[in-house]
Amino acid sequence: MAERTRRQILLGEGSGTGSGGNLQVGVGPAHPAMHGIIRIEAELDGETIVGADVEIGYLHRAFEKDCEVGGYNNAIPYTDRLNYVSPLINNFAYASAVEKLLGIEVTERCKFIRTAMAEISRICDHLTCVGASAMELGAFTVFLYMIKAREFLWELVEDVTGARLTISYGRVGGVKADLPDGFAAKMTNAFKETREVLDEVHRLLTGNRIFMDRMVGVGVLSREETIGYAITGPLLRAVGVGYDVRRAQPHWAYDRVEFEIPIQKDGDNYSRYLVRMAEMEQSMRIAEQALALMPGGPVNVDFEGRPIDPAAYVDQGKQGKTEGLLLVPIRLSPNLQGQNRGAWDRVNAHDKRVVLPPKETTYGSIEGLMNHFMLIMEGYGIQPPLGEAYFASEGANGELGFYVVSDGSDRPYRVRCRPPCLPPMAALHRMIEGEMVADLIPTFGSVNMIGGELDR
Amino acid sequence: MQGGQIVQRLRDRFGGAVLETHEHRGDATLVVERAMLIDTLAFCRDEAALAFDVLMDLTAVDYLKYPGREDGPRFEVVYHLYSLGHNHRVRVKTRVDEDDAQVPTAVDLWPIANWFEREVWDMFGVRFAGHPDPRRLLMYEEFVGHPLRKDYPINRRQPLIGPSA
Amino acid sequence: MGVGSFFTSKLDEAIGWARKYSIFQYPFVTACCGMEYMATACSHYDIDRFGAGLPRFSPRQADVLFVVGTISHKMAPVLKRVYDQMTEPKWVVAFGVCTCTGGFYDNYATVQGIDTIIPVDIYIPGCPPRPESVIDGLMKLQDRIATQTQRY
Repeated sequence: MAERTRRQILLGEGSGTGSGGNLQVGVGPAHPAMHGIIRIEAELDGETIVGADVEIGYLHRAFEKDCEVGGYNNAIPYTDRLNYVSPLINNFAYASAVEKLLGIEVTERCKFIRTAMAEISRICDHLTCVGASAMELGAFTVFLYMIKAREFLWELVEDVTGARLTISYGRVGGVKADLPDGFAAKMTNAFKETREVLDEVHRLLTGNRIFMDRMVGVGVLSREETIGYAITGPLLRAVGVGYDVRRAQPHWAYDRVEFEIPIQKDGDNYSRYLVRMAEMEQSMRIAEQALALMPGGPVNVDFEGRPIDPAAYVDQGKQGKTEGLLLVPIRLSPNLQGQNRGAWDRVNAHDKRVVLPPKETTYGSIEGLMNHFMLIMEGYGIQPPLGEAYFASEGANGELGFYVVSDGSDRPYRVRCRPPCLPPMAALHRMIEGEMVADLIPTFGSVNMIGGELDR
Repeated sequence: MQGGQIVQRLRDRFGGAVLETHEHRGDATLVVERAMLIDTLAFCRDEAALAFDVLMDLTAVDYLKYPGREDGPRFEVVYHLYSLGHNHRVRVKTRVDEDDAQVPTAVDLWPIANWFEREVWDMFGVRFAGHPDPRRLLMYEEFVGHPLRKDYPINRRQPLIGPSA
Repeated sequence: MGVGSFFTSKLDEAIGWARKYSIFQYPFVTACCGMEYMATACSHYDIDRFGAGLPRFSPRQADVLFVVGTISHKMAPVLKRVYDQMTEPKWVVAFGVCTCTGGFYDNYATVQGIDTIIPVDIYIPGCPPRPESVIDGLMKLQDRIATQTQRY
């Protein structure tokens, strides 16, 4: 084994098997039964894995370096693509880290929007995780059902953010836009469909003999090791530790909603599955409460008078016809829905140094235009004072932390993402050693490795 | 324990080895001498009143181009600790120069330090003395340099196959 | 036009028609685009309607390589190897802007378009592309398969 360099393995040179008594099998990085690109160099004695070396980095896309290139808000599209199954949580966590660095507070309504949308994202994540790992065990129906439910939730996300997957909805100091009309009804409907799917999946999987044989007692990690490997999230809760950042350090509006933290004690794949299934129900509960408690009155306020076209608005401003212009609503393009002045006030921190002004102000007054340019121009923008801040939030896979260092300029000096799924991957060899080769697949599935976040 | 109390407790215990403390935005932070780093971390983990049982994050920052820090030690290695029992956090940092970029390993305290340290070596070129498996974590072995260093250009590509432009 | 070439072109058409509706794809899923790929493959958008519903998770049994998601320099040799393992006739679809050009990852880690490594037939831009554009790309591929000179 030792004489084969990694280059040989990568490029397919060399003999293929080791010279020792045990068989060396390379699993991945493009393996049919694994959703994710890692390489596991497993040493097999018969069918039992006696040793495993996990190799990651196949999706390293220089997230942390890319963040240092643009302004603070420019990093938000990159955070979408960290955990691309629950991008909203990444958006909000990063924005909150920068807000902590700036020392600003977002509005109440924004906090509730973040809470509700993050929970919708978490459901999508768990649906994909459970669905994909069930598919790898042969339960293709479950996968189809769960993707169906995810589609309903994505329609919801698309309604709010304008995109299905890579949404870039968070902003430092707020969110991109307010919730659209009729969101509550759509959410109720989507949750109804999701609950039906979860019920069906419970009946298909939870007591299923084949599924349980593959999951119960497989991939066990002890409580001590789980903590030693800094594993958080569903995997930690599956060994009986009720740590959840939403409860331990409540951020956004988590201190004002009621929810339970599902706990199992066995630490095997089945426990992780049960924790995830129970968490989805709790997430729906949180989102429903957040929407019910959300302050700020009606979502889209109608202004007096007819809205005018942005181009006409700018023309009038140029001609000096500014009298009363700021009170005239603009007919915003659908892309900018939810960003008009009333909505802007509700969802954004009132700090001119951080948040872009509402579009009416940008188009209709010189101060607004200057404010807009000052935030967009290179060398200006958001400039937190010198210092550093670490903000933790509960990602779908565990503690998602952003550590941001500012040098006082308009670009982050350093952005570090504490990836929730790196610790479980570091401990994966401990979970699969002593198990059969076939157990590798459900164990890997239960870890819910997300390449973008693992390799960044 | 509140952040201030944690910092005070560690100051009392390690005195002169604590070079700097601050609580910017409520994050209790200590900068300790490299020689006392492992002792500090071990104390943080084992002292009952602190009980930092989780090494939440381990990373580094390259201060090459930071205003006011151009001449100082180039790298800072940053440990974020969390206590499940007490629900409190602390950030421990240590500084190293470029020509002596080496820090003792924390693998014996927390097994997760293994991968975190490999990543810091990969990205910043800071060595961890006594590390059991000092390979790169994310990049390939043929890669030359450490990409998160401030003097590594973002688009200097080193392809294994294909054109190098 | 001789009788022979008449039959050849008719045979070409027939083979093209058959091939276009029996696409066995190998999804080389690496990143975010995989989520949209899943959505496209499942019941809502259902690419089975286009005869491309069955992913073969072995390059040796596949005709179309779907490269779904960012390819890093570390992954590039693996992609090349998978492509080489596929048997003729084979086509390649670059799914998502990272595979087309590298997208907004203009950095040390990312391959600036997979066409620097392997030949590409169809590019589907988008970050990630919506299922509708994936289906559009798939139909363009089918047209190409149907009208090309068939080798057999």
